[in-house]
Amino acid sequence: MPTLTIDGQEITVEPGTTVLQACEDVGVEIPRFCYHERLSIAGNCRMCLVEMERAPKPIASCAMPAGDGMVIHTNTESVKKAREGVMEFLLINHPLDCPICDQGGECDLQDQSMAFGRDVSRYDENKRAVADKDMGPLIGTIMTRCIHCTRCIRFTEEVAGVPDMGALYRGENMQITSYLEKVVDSEVSGNVIDLCPVGALTSKPYAFTARSWELSKTESIDVMDAVGSNIRVDARGNAVMRILPRLHDGVNEEWISDKTRFCYDGLKKRRLDRPYVRKGKKLVAASWNEAFTAIQKGLKGIDGKAIAGIAGDLADMESMYAFKDLLAGLGASRVECRADGADIDPSNRAAYLLNGGFEALEDADLVVLVGCNPRNEATLLNVRLRKMVRHQGTRVVNIGNAVDLTYKTDELGDNLRLLGDIADGTHPLAAELRAAKKPVLLVGQGALTRGDGAAVLAAVYAIADGYCQRDGWVGYGMVHAAAARVGGLDLGLTTKGGIDAILDDVEAGKVSAVFNLGADEFDSSALANAFTVYIGTHGDEGVRNADVILPAAAYSEKSGTYINMEGRVQRTARAVFPPGDAREDWKIFRALSEVIGTRLPYDTLEALRAALVKAVPATQTLDAVPSADWKPFGKLGAIKEAGVAPYCDNLYMTNPITRASDILADVVAARFGGADGDAEQSGETGTNG
Amino acid sequence: MDGNTPAFVWTAENEAAAEKHIAKYPDGRQQSAVMPLLDLAQRQNGGHVTQEIIEYIADYLQMPPIRVQEVATFYTMYNHKPMGRHHVQVCTTTPCWLRGSDDVVAACKKRLGIGIGETTEDGLFTLSEVECAGACVNAPVVAIGDDYYEDIDGDSMTRLLDALAKGDAITPGSQTGRQTSAPDGGPKTLKGEEAGDA
Repeated sequence: MPTLTIDGQEITVEPGTTVLQACEDVGVEIPRFCYHERLSIAGNCRMCLVEMERAPKPIASCAMPAGDGMVIHTNTESVKKAREGVMEFLLINHPLDCPICDQGGECDLQDQSMAFGRDVSRYDENKRAVADKDMGPLIGTIMTRCIHCTRCIRFTEEVAGVPDMGALYRGENMQITSYLEKVVDSEVSGNVIDLCPVGALTSKPYAFTARSWELSKTESIDVMDAVGSNIRVDARGNAVMRILPRLHDGVNEEWISDKTRFCYDGLKKRRLDRPYVRKGKKLVAASWNEAFTAIQKGLKGIDGKAIAGIAGDLADMESMYAFKDLLAGLGASRVECRADGADIDPSNRAAYLLNGGFEALEDADLVVLVGCNPRNEATLLNVRLRKMVRHQGTRVVNIGNAVDLTYKTDELGDNLRLLGDIADGTHPLAAELRAAKKPVLLVGQGALTRGDGAAVLAAVYAIADGYCQRDGWVGYGMVHAAAARVGGLDLGLTTKGGIDAILDDVEAGKVSAVFNLGADEFDSSALANAFTVYIGTHGDEGVRNADVILPAAAYSEKSGTYINMEGRVQRTARAVFPPGDAREDWKIFRALSEVIGTRLPYDTLEALRAALVKAVPATQTLDAVPSADWKPFGKLGAIKEAGVAPYCDNLYMTNPITRASDILADVVAARFGGADGDAEQSGETGTNG
Repeated sequence: MDGNTPAFVWTAENEAAAEKHIAKYPDGRQQSAVMPLLDLAQRQNGGHVTQEIIEYIADYLQMPPIRVQEVATFYTMYNHKPMGRHHVQVCTTTPCWLRGSDDVVAACKKRLGIGIGETTEDGLFTLSEVECAGACVNAPVVAIGDDYYEDIDGDSMTRLLDALAKGDAITPGSQTGRQTSAPDGGPKTLKGEEAGDA
């Protein structure tokens, strides 16, 4: 292990560490533009120059491996001069438009120019101008500002896995562009906006709407999928202006998906901002009292057994817990959280978690995807899988739809009968699983929504138990797509027959009242036959056949507990207040419980959380990956001779928030073609208030 | 690519040449052959590469088209516009300029009636100005097609262009008759004629 001296401090580092990393280890900050921890080393901005003894000239510390006996100086006159020189060259062609630049105030070039640059410019020639590029509806470009660090190129090629961006021409004429100025065909393309150290790539929807210093920043959790990406919600007044990623190595590293980043305009559109009561055929705005009275009236004479509840994909645990309690007070115990109809048994935690968590998953050398398209269902998990394939040569085998996951997969077709062959060892994959050091099976929701989910799970259990167990390694994980799902399962919100049975019973008249907690991902026309109360945020599918609508808070407007697919408990925080008369869900249930049913025994969020901890002890520990006991799951049975239907055919349109988002509609139009989002949605904003 | 032009495909001869280039590199490193292949394609296409060719080669070498485009736009010897049959590249960097490249450029402009970067209407000539051609000992230098024509002046340039316009063959190398880059007027060293020669 090389030992080197940096500014008089000796340090021993791992072989392969660069001088720049060694400097960071001793707490010396080196300015840089092109270097990024999670990307390959380019060494082209020259900002990280430091002095090395016995070297004739300054060295680029980001690209120089630390060597034994090196003596590095970072605070000498020559380093200062080198930095000033590089800075001056970088600024030669950089426009002085910071006052109108969206990056202003959070710009690496601005900051480092202040810290390491000269105070004046000696350049009075003409500056270069570069034509802006069209990179689609998300990434705005002002290419004259580009300093050619190539981070965006490296990100799209290495992390996103879509080599769409490149640098054309050379020298002074070099230009960064996407191929033929097409939209960057990636679901994580928005991260280049964060990576760009200057204002060349900026957020198009956010352009000129706010300055970074006037935003209130709230650290929160994303609920667009079950990854639970750590985010920062930036708000001004009562409007969410943008969403940025937060660093969390265990969850999202430092990326977020475009859906997470750009869903925010959906938080302002088609919102339910007051209660509605159906009078005749029309929904009429009402006060909370009128709505509660209407519910009381609607439930009159209905037995608890004829009441059912459905919890949606975005519900936080507090809401679901209070929801369950409220219905229990009415004598109803039929509450279902699997609005997609997935056949998951809630009694066995190991069966529905991604055991070990994302970070441990990286050790896997053989990944078998079963009916799972992580690119659509859990985008950041897919980024991690790509990283594993790229860096460790992990082999990925796919049983399900053949899709482009941005890395090489071995396709075994989409016949899940194959699982039986693997389980009994007749398929060659069984031997490979046995030979692998750390094999893992990842089961997606697509494999569980075909009606034979229990049998599929039983076969998966047989494989995972027979071939994938190693000392301290549970080679099995379930990939969820809904943020609320693990929490709902932990609360035991499942019913016999699932949502289909509820809807059938509604048709048959056996269920005459349904409470819908923000579930919009199923055909609600059956609910026309029942007295339906919809508690949610958006005028979406769920309100179509609702008789009473209670406006609730979205994830940016409340502190809610979510459990991601790893079993990691995380909490959102309130960045803004709910619009109009909308209230936090649990408060609605608490108030409603006084009118109907039994009064809920908690008046504060703390009291509710204390009760929740009793019901689900796991919620006590925040931000940790739990371990679940490995025991059998599934029910042996015949697996259908049928393909796996794509679980999520449009990854951008998975919940009411995303469906209300014009930005995401534009992305869908740009990436997949079809009608333009604006035109389609303009007529449907009637509930905006 | 207006739909009327046939899609670009290798001629049998060029396909063999392309495979030969690819075979120079280890398995899986076929992308390394991108530069000779672009050159081959440019020649086959009459002097310039198109977006279609870029995509064809990207597909042929299994690499992203943007990577081929990066290479094709980086190097100045790949042309992106239709070229005349003869590409006249006059070096105007300092040594050639000191030896009179301005006259050469002027002669070209006068004879061809076009400016730098333009192509004559008959499609015979494209005139370019290039940076150091690397043959300063025989400055000024003009590259026409694949060959260098050295020790050029305005008159010899006009002569060359006349010959090319008529379709006559022209002789590469020094136009003043000196042997390669030997001293003007023939070899001098070791002949004992001048002081200092041992």
